[in-house]
Amino acid sequence: MEMRRTPILGMWGSYRTRHQAAFEESRYSLRVFLKDRLALLGVCLILATIIVAVAAPWIAPYPDQGRGASNVKERLEAPSRAHPFGTDASGRDVLSRVIFGARIPLMISSVVVAAVLIIGVPLGGIAGYIGGWIDELVMRITDIFLAFPALILAMALVAFLGPSLRNVAIALVITWWPWYTRLVRGMAVSLRQRPYVLAARTMGVSQWTIIRRHVLPNALGPVVVQVSLDVGTVILEVAGLSFIGLGARPPQPEWGLMVSEGREYILSEWWISTFPGLAIFLLVLACNLVGDGLRDVLDPRTKR
Amino acid sequence: MPLLSVSDLTVHFNIRRGLTRRSIDVVHAADEVSFSLERGGTLALVGESGSGKTTVAHAILGLNKPQAGSIVFRDRDLLCLPKRERRAARRGMQVVFQDPYSSLNPRMTVHDLVAEPLRVGSRMQGDELRERVLELLEMVGLGTQHLWRRPHEFSGGQCQRIAIARALALSPDLVVLDEPTSALDVSVQARILTLLHRLQRELTLSYLFIAHDLAVVESVASQVAVMYLGTIVESGPTEVIFNDARHPYTLALLASVPSPDPEHRSEGAALSGDVPSAIHPPGGCRFHPRCAFRMDVCEREAPPLVDRRGRRLACHLPDSFDLSAEQEVARLARATTTVEEPGRRPSARPRPTTEVPPKTRRRW
Amino acid sequence: MESPLLDIRDLRLEFRSYRGVVKALDGVSLAVDKAEILGLVGESGCGKTITGMSVLGLLPRQQARVTSGEVLFRGDDLLRKSEHEMQRIRGRLISMVFQDPLASLNPVFTVGDQITKVIREHKRVSKKAARDAMCRALSETGLPTHKTLLHSYPHQLSGGMRQRVCMAMAISCDSPLLIADEPTTALDVTIQMQILKLLLRLREELGVAQILVTHNVGVAAQTCDRIAVMYAGQVVEQGPTVAVMKEARHPYTMALYECLPQGKSAQELLTIPGSVPDLIDPPAGCRFHPRCRRVLDVCRDVRPPLVEVARGHRVACHWVAEQSGPVRIPPES
Repeated sequence: MEMRRTPILGMWGSYRTRHQAAFEESRYSLRVFLKDRLALLGVCLILATIIVAVAAPWIAPYPDQGRGASNVKERLEAPSRAHPFGTDASGRDVLSRVIFGARIPLMISSVVVAAVLIIGVPLGGIAGYIGGWIDELVMRITDIFLAFPALILAMALVAFLGPSLRNVAIALVITWWPWYTRLVRGMAVSLRQRPYVLAARTMGVSQWTIIRRHVLPNALGPVVVQVSLDVGTVILEVAGLSFIGLGARPPQPEWGLMVSEGREYILSEWWISTFPGLAIFLLVLACNLVGDGLRDVLDPRTKR
Repeated sequence: MPLLSVSDLTVHFNIRRGLTRRSIDVVHAADEVSFSLERGGTLALVGESGSGKTTVAHAILGLNKPQAGSIVFRDRDLLCLPKRERRAARRGMQVVFQDPYSSLNPRMTVHDLVAEPLRVGSRMQGDELRERVLELLEMVGLGTQHLWRRPHEFSGGQCQRIAIARALALSPDLVVLDEPTSALDVSVQARILTLLHRLQRELTLSYLFIAHDLAVVESVASQVAVMYLGTIVESGPTEVIFNDARHPYTLALLASVPSPDPEHRSEGAALSGDVPSAIHPPGGCRFHPRCAFRMDVCEREAPPLVDRRGRRLACHLPDSFDLSAEQEVARLARATTTVEEPGRRPSARPRPTTEVPPKTRRRW
Repeated sequence: MESPLLDIRDLRLEFRSYRGVVKALDGVSLAVDKAEILGLVGESGCGKTITGMSVLGLLPRQQARVTSGEVLFRGDDLLRKSEHEMQRIRGRLISMVFQDPLASLNPVFTVGDQITKVIREHKRVSKKAARDAMCRALSETGLPTHKTLLHSYPHQLSGGMRQRVCMAMAISCDSPLLIADEPTTALDVTIQMQILKLLLRLREELGVAQILVTHNVGVAAQTCDRIAVMYAGQVVEQGPTVAVMKEARHPYTMALYECLPQGKSAQELLTIPGSVPDLIDPPAGCRFHPRCRRVLDVCRDVRPPLVEVARGHRVACHWVAEQSGPVRIPPES
């Protein structure tokens, strides 16, 4: 370990020095993570999906068909050099649609995760740290939500709100947040009696600051792991809801919807459902691989 | 006026069960505990686990709610003050906990840890804050080159220094030391104890020292209060308690310290059995089921804590009762091992350690 | 002379960590005779626990590598045994008691079940015989043998009772050697004394030899027949308890005693400068030399051998060797 010069007032050290510990810690975690070949594969797949999603208009062979324009002249064509994944019942290039379709799960899952974290984490922290009737109230509300199977509840909510991707996102947020609230609440309850939290109390640090600075940051590890494991499920549920007609509306290029549209032709024109199905499979697999890898790095229980 | 005086402090915890959170049992964690601490003095609260010493410390620090009693700190009763003033008054007392790692937030750097009380308590900022943080770290003997490192990169002793620096940030009058060295190795413990001693002298601090290690207590405390099952059984000046203990429990506790002198092995375990549950403490004197000298009255009446023979004592045994045999056992248990330089040593046999040399030492 | 029950010879052990190879044990040699209590004393990180664990082969084989040495138990080298063979030795010939009794008992079985299970795993005996053996072991450790205890779960017992149950389990198969790793550290002083007395009684009545791993000098002084003081993976001094405690010669041992607060005021406490070395890159020569006040030039390069300074009392220190001149053993007085 190199010795650092005593900081002199006025030249207090760069941002880099002040956050040296965090830098080194993340570098170490990254090194452990990168040793995990499967997780690395997952990262590559997700990165590829993101690149494809962003660059869709430029790399898709038929961008307007990808967005939904039909082309009745070339209906149900088998994979060929012009259409590597074939074309669907409206004559649209399946490859272009799969490429454009990458945008939807990425977008929705990030929105859902962000919203769930914004609602669930602070609520769990408050319930767990403050306790008493607030805790009771929050926990009973989560109990109500958790009493329904998540997918059924989401379906009911979308059916009530009307089918659209926006409503799918809302429904997923409503069904997911209680899990995070409970997770964080459990962590907060155990952190409440930690000596460093007690010490902060004796210093006169306010409740909110304690929750923000001492409780939530230390409860975040398991949350990150949970998020990474849940993203795949969110993607799957978006596709599932679209498949049964509760999510994306035609002609949106949504993978679940595309699988559903190819249903009638599955025996003869297999490519219409297969390629979007494969895309779902790969993305979800990638998310789970990354999630497992992250858990090994962040969750002390699985540390060797 | 003493800096801190606690009187008749009673802390009960309700054990709640079920949906309605009704109380099914009461833990008598501390019952009518009274003591006082002079400015610049060190009072040690001694006892085994379940004795209520930590409960008392937490009550003083405002980490639990006492049922009754008063805590007068700097002439103000903390339990009667409005919330805001109480919080301000409590800035004058800080705490150092036992486990140096878990008492520091693992995600904060040394600088942030020490700066936190300054930001909160005195709203310090900028250069003033930086200067104070550096000053505090220097005070506890930590180099500033590790300012931006996190607790897990330090040894236990270094972490305890960080915790001490943090406790001193707001220039408190009283520092509650909750087993500050029991998680540390002896050589590290010695350094922390000398540091605490130096700080006390330089800053005129008062210490409330919670400990179970009597050897440490003897070397740091000016006053000792021995607790058993939520009550104080004997309290007084350290010399009196250690050399002339009168309560059977104090004697047993003293005799249980394993002496580092192999030539004075204690004969048998001084006490049999376990500490009873604090949910249904024994009636009368709480120590009577384990006491070797119990009398009928001990089962019926709880002895009051009264001034007797230069200390406060809660025991039914009369002053005339002969405890010298037990006191001798307790004294032997404190026999020390003396290491002398081989060059200076005239003979192979070290001097006998049975007699306790008259001590006139300066205390903390 | 009769060969000792357990003979650890020149044990070297390394750990792989992400920062590098930790040289955790460096040439540790110890011997335990029949019905003898050997104390392993030292501060955290000195290798005392690792020594105890390596005897039983409890260290993870992927990370801990024994680079040399042998652990002879009744003449058999335990380091050459397979995991399967070790399983039959653990508990039956050598048993171990840990610091945290709650963690070493299975929370879902009752006390009675756990002890009988251990007995029946090692001995082909009937349930009845196992129960009798259990009752004997329990009463040896001063525990009642009535149903309330046998049918209770570990969390329902007090700390002292749990440690007694662990000990009853350890002696239930009449193993001749018990390794106790900080058995009293988690207990209160009055309970600690009870457990120490129990260790002594097991030695006297059942002839169980013991290795008592402890950081508490007082505990070692009160219990052990011989003491080995360890520092940074090496034994620096060993010998009969009285000799090591009262006529300590190694500067580290002496400094350790001076740190004890017993009967000293805080001003009188002496401290050891510096801190325990990093065992990835330990100091050359004597591992204590950077902190030693008696350091000689030779200490920086040459590792001091264990030299006998009195009967059975051996010290690894150049300074001591120089002081006492050529090795001579004073006649018994």
